[in-house]
Amino acid sequence: MLEVEVISGRTLNQGATVEEKLTEEYFNAVNYAELSEDDWNALGLQEGDRVKVKTEFGEVVVFAKKGDMPKGMIFIPMGPYANMVIDPATDGTGMPQFKGVKGTVEKTDEKVLSVKELLEAI
Amino acid sequence: MAEENIICTFCGSVCDDGLFDTEKFKSKRLCKLGSSKFSKKERIKAPMIDGKEVSYEEAIEKAAEILVNAKKPLLYGWASTVNEAIRLGVILTEKVRGVYDQCASVCHAPGTLAVIEEGLPGGSLGAIKNRADVVVFWGSNPMEAHPRHGMRYSISAKGLLIKDRKQRKVIVVDVRPTKTAKVADEFIQIKPGYDYLIISALRAIISGNADAVPDEVGGVSKEKLVELAETMKNAKYGAILYGLGVTQSRGRDRNIENAVKLIQLLNRHTRWIIWPMRGHYNVVGAGEVPTWEVGYQYAIDFSRGYPRFSPAEFSAVEVLKRKDCDAALVIASDPAAHFPKAAVKHLKNIPVIQIDPFPNMTTLVANVVIPSAVAGLEAEGTAYRMDGIPLRVKKVVETNYWSDEQILEKLLEKVEELKR
Repeated sequence: MLEVEVISGRTLNQGATVEEKLTEEYFNAVNYAELSEDDWNALGLQEGDRVKVKTEFGEVVVFAKKGDMPKGMIFIPMGPYANMVIDPATDGTGMPQFKGVKGTVEKTDEKVLSVKELLEAI
Repeated sequence: MAEENIICTFCGSVCDDGLFDTEKFKSKRLCKLGSSKFSKKERIKAPMIDGKEVSYEEAIEKAAEILVNAKKPLLYGWASTVNEAIRLGVILTEKVRGVYDQCASVCHAPGTLAVIEEGLPGGSLGAIKNRADVVVFWGSNPMEAHPRHGMRYSISAKGLLIKDRKQRKVIVVDVRPTKTAKVADEFIQIKPGYDYLIISALRAIISGNADAVPDEVGGVSKEKLVELAETMKNAKYGAILYGLGVTQSRGRDRNIENAVKLIQLLNRHTRWIIWPMRGHYNVVGAGEVPTWEVGYQYAIDFSRGYPRFSPAEFSAVEVLKRKDCDAALVIASDPAAHFPKAAVKHLKNIPVIQIDPFPNMTTLVANVVIPSAVAGLEAEGTAYRMDGIPLRVKKVVETNYWSDEQILEKLLEKVEELKR
């Protein structure tokens, strides 16, 4: 298990599939976490592996992806998976903290829920 | 071949140079996001009540009943529809004494709060294209979120005074090396949540108080900060184009407020502007229209019969977390996918009306679903580009789907009838 800072944001594929949320394409565009190479190696991950991301606000299982990330930071595309773990506090602005939430990441054998299953689990 | 000029209705760049082949149903010149917008995809087939197909009239009648019977409905979305529809939405919210909130609430609204405090030294995208010799993308990643912004306005765009890519210095400030960072001249990597401190350090250096700045701020060396401050001071026309990296992380509105103060300071030396990289094609309209109707941009409560603005209370996320609405109308948006879990929870427990061309996660929790025409393709109307320039989006394809404007007109009529 590693301590990380979770950020979320747009990607080209997330944007291109955002009007097709119930398709496989959208599922694939938002259901992963990008980790740095160091963190990837530290967790002993392999292509296709899943990780469980946990914060004070929730947890979610996503696919692991090696990305161009700084060590200790993971990126989940904006969407239902990221929203399971981001901080809902808005500090009076209306805006939840979608970026920069402290949490942990660990390798898991649990499956990645579909978009529908995720909504049911809330 | 039937090729029509189109204006893209995906992101805030609202590219006005697209072409659309109505026979092949395919666009030209648009980016990956625009091409996907103007392509065939799954639609909501017909209006539905609790999953059963009904007529538009029946669905609208049911929606009107839900809104009229609710004590305090939330009317949320609006960023992906045209001003004409938003105008009706504001009137509708007032009629049903509900809460009006829009997508900026979870996007650029902190910038709105900063503008209320500090004003906005801004400029148009055209001015950036023609004049900007230094462009700083701060917490924004146009290569993924606004793919043609760079070539049309801010990176490789050629203008009146900036005739070549070499004449423009592009700097990216971000917490990770984004795709935009890879095409920039310089990438400054900062620690997440340290924007405010770095902006303060830049202000200190530019105002002659570099002594007060420690050796390192938010992961950036003092040397680097001094260099950046110099580049900013020496620009002829500079632009900070900020994104959600600044508004969605620690500091939120205060980050923008501090950045506006930095711009004010720079304007004592040279010319600088600051502008948000707005996401949806008409998210500006979703804020501007209620502003000209009732005075506020978002988080507006009409429950007392007059508009009150308070994001801490009336923003959609706060209202839902507090379970302070007993019905919701969601239009041109998908809060079930884009709100934090704690807010989605209440949405699952109240009657939800959805108006949208495409099925999405909100469709899964909606009791009344009303499919609509796609603006810019099947319906016309006016949208504000991210810099506030109004553009008329076109109808180039015939459809049986009603436009958002038509649906809301009828819904308003029904609500008025029931309230009589």
